[in-house]
Amino acid sequence: MFIENGRFNSLTTINLRTGDFTVFQGKAIVFAAGGAGRLYQFSTYAHSVSGDGDAIAYRAGIPLKDMEFIQFHPTGLVPSGILITEGARADGGYLLNGEKKRFMQAYAPNKLEKASRDVVSRAIMWEIEAGRGAKGEYGDMEYVYLDLRHMADVLDERLPMITEIAKKFNGIDAHTELIPVHPATHYTMGGIDSNVKTTTDYSGIFAAGENACVSIHGANRLGSNSTNECLALGNVAGVSAAKYAMEHDIPDLVVSNVDAEEKRIWDDLLKRNGGENVAKIREDLRNNMDKNVGIFRDANGLNTALKNIKSYKERYEKISIQDKSSTFNMELEWALEVGFMLDLAEIITVGAIMRTESRGAHYRKDYPNRDDENFLKHTIATYTKDGPKITYKPVVITKWQPTVRTY
Amino acid sequence: MADEYEFEIKRKDESGKVYYSTYKVPKDKISTVLEGLLYIKENLDQSLSFRYSCRMEICGSCGMEIDGKPRMACSTIVEDLKKDHIKIEPLKHYKVIRDLVVDIDPFFDKYREVKPYIIRDDDGKYDKELPQTPEQFHEYANFAMCIKCGLCMAACPIEGSDPNYLGPAPLAAAWRYIADNRDQGAKYRVEVVDGEEGTSRCHFAGECTEVCPKGVDPSFAIQKLRRTALKIEIASIFGGR
Repeated sequence: MFIENGRFNSLTTINLRTGDFTVFQGKAIVFAAGGAGRLYQFSTYAHSVSGDGDAIAYRAGIPLKDMEFIQFHPTGLVPSGILITEGARADGGYLLNGEKKRFMQAYAPNKLEKASRDVVSRAIMWEIEAGRGAKGEYGDMEYVYLDLRHMADVLDERLPMITEIAKKFNGIDAHTELIPVHPATHYTMGGIDSNVKTTTDYSGIFAAGENACVSIHGANRLGSNSTNECLALGNVAGVSAAKYAMEHDIPDLVVSNVDAEEKRIWDDLLKRNGGENVAKIREDLRNNMDKNVGIFRDANGLNTALKNIKSYKERYEKISIQDKSSTFNMELEWALEVGFMLDLAEIITVGAIMRTESRGAHYRKDYPNRDDENFLKHTIATYTKDGPKITYKPVVITKWQPTVRTY
Repeated sequence: MADEYEFEIKRKDESGKVYYSTYKVPKDKISTVLEGLLYIKENLDQSLSFRYSCRMEICGSCGMEIDGKPRMACSTIVEDLKKDHIKIEPLKHYKVIRDLVVDIDPFFDKYREVKPYIIRDDDGKYDKELPQTPEQFHEYANFAMCIKCGLCMAACPIEGSDPNYLGPAPLAAAWRYIADNRDQGAKYRVEVVDGEEGTSRCHFAGECTEVCPKGVDPSFAIQKLRRTALKIEIASIFGGR
């Protein structure tokens, strides 16, 4: 995407079906490309959600906000990561550890399994760390169980999707058997720095949905609040962009921008020949994020993660794209995505290193408490050639004062 | 039993050349056909093309002919096929773009023809909620499960001989809206549904219902549509709407 004189100018695209390089000139653009959850290996997200929208905006100069806040949903089905809805616990499901005992009493004595997502996800990880995870059936992965057996008579009516998924993908009958679950990457609280009018610092550029960061979720989204973000703010963005477009002309195309991007893809990316496989870099990146920038974070792990990301970036310079076809070249698509993912991984990790506190979904083992004095502020990441420049912005508090969270 | 599956995949490159490639996929690395395809693409052959996204039978992207039947790659557990040699081909009745990727535009064009959305005489300008009882919801709930994967179009024998036939998924979608108590668009849909390329072409082979991964029953919807069309026609003869 190109911005000229503080205003949206044009967008370059590749038609996957034909390989055609096409430029869209326009008056306004709405970013609504979702989050960045596939930066992680164990994820509830569809494969296509690789954070492209965030990265495209970032590279064009739009700051990203609060990217270190990645939500982990407590119950991703093992081993696929398919989401087992919160409704399973809301309707009365239990979580059992490897000893088949309920454990939420120790972590959230009042709310138990109904505590918020970050609390339950950490509780599961603490059980696993304490050696009380279940293991065996799914490779090296440790997990806990979701128990719905005591509500077998209402399952088909209230949670038909869950019984279907358990049966189809794991061959498990949720009426009589336990479902293996593990916390999975589920939502990107951060995104394009935008506001409730869906506008950004650049005119003609709007953002909505998970791609945007209006901060309605703060550091920890509550279940179903993404729906209002999509429906309400999606509507606002569409109406606002249309209104903007009616009132403005199409800016002149800067052809040299377009030529440079075409060269970057055809003369650089497609001609790199160092033998590195993009899928392997992606796999290493995802495992690195799971391990070092996941539910539990600390200075050691985060610094290792950042070092690893830099080495993946070096390997990315040496990729070889084997597929030379124009038609449906998925490997080129993957290569472009991995480039985006590396930038975003860096932003998330740097933001997490600098936020030496725990808040919502961002949990530092070495700084387990929330520190409102120093960190009640938004992280802002701005693109530079040498990596993200981090600054901070005050949090606007209106009706609800921050309080201690107890469950 | 061997430690590996053999995936024999029908290919078509951009010059139009058609051939088969066979790959060995370790059994302990994958569970579903989609995971097998991703394993091949990531480790063995970067040129293999296929569509996929959600891997949980929601997005409807990864339909293909697996072991001689239209199935979703993401929800087909290889072990359940009970064989080590798995043949995979693009969906029948669609034009192949490349390898396992088919052109779904004609399918979506047909889908649009049945006006798959709620149509109101008041043009949506109502000021109260439109209530719906659980019974009314269940009138159409089964048909709302369609993920537009298009497997039924590949299974339907009429689609094979008459590409203009609307086909099971679009007809099921027509019924999904007609059966919805909030909808008043039956009179507009009937023209399309009851036309030359509509329900009358269906022979009730039932293949559509058989292959639907979401348990939708298009052949039942088609029977319901025929009755509704008849009722509307009779009513119009006697001057009603």
